[in-house]
Amino acid sequence: MAASIAHRMTGVALGGGTLLIAWWLIAAASGPAAYEVFLTVGAHRAGQAVLFLFVWALAFHLLNGLRHLAWDFGFGYKVSTARLTAAVVFVFSVLIAAGVFALTHFNGTFANGGGG
Amino acid sequence: MKRSPADFRTPLARVEGLGAARAGTHHFLSQRISAVALVPLSIWFMYGALGLVGANLAEVLVYLSEPLNAILLGAFLFTALYHLSLGIQVVIEDYIQQEGTKIVLLILNRFFMWSVGAVCAFALLRIAL
Repeated sequence: MAASIAHRMTGVALGGGTLLIAWWLIAAASGPAAYEVFLTVGAHRAGQAVLFLFVWALAFHLLNGLRHLAWDFGFGYKVSTARLTAAVVFVFSVLIAAGVFALTHFNGTFANGGGG
Repeated sequence: MKRSPADFRTPLARVEGLGAARAGTHHFLSQRISAVALVPLSIWFMYGALGLVGANLAEVLVYLSEPLNAILLGAFLFTALYHLSLGIQVVIEDYIQQEGTKIVLLILNRFFMWSVGAVCAFALLRIAL
């Protein structure tokens, strides 16, 4: 049940996330000054938090979307199964978000380019 | 075909079989098909594009000038925005009861999708070409 409303909420939030992607592309197309603003905001603690939530929302919506597709084909309807897959989706979405986040930091991209 | 005496629909309406919503399965199928397409595209996006956040401008421009990267990012954004507008449409239809407000929000939903899409397409083309 929680996964159902979380699917909607992450979906709506990802709609806001498309604005972040648009900002990223416009900043990159505009030149160094505009991109510097983007990098500065992205390197800030709040920017990093938004970025983490964006990655988590994408991972959650992707994994839970697979659950919905399985239901469309008639699989996974048993209550115990649905509860289990919901828990798996919550846990793995956090792990994926943390993993992507850690990888990008180890790459040095955040640390080098983010003004830090 | 036997017709119930309580059926006031015209023969055309019965043949179309679309009911009061004036729509069939197109929305349902479009949402699922775009969802399936988004599985590999979002995995690519998380792997490739998110690794670039924080990279300096030169690195980003090199990455986006690569035709495959530009095409995949364009495909991801186009499919995601389409899937988004279908999803937001359902949310609006579910929660907004006042008819006028609902119609205005449904139109704004479409405007949002096309506006963000146009901005992203312009920026992406400008970088990639």
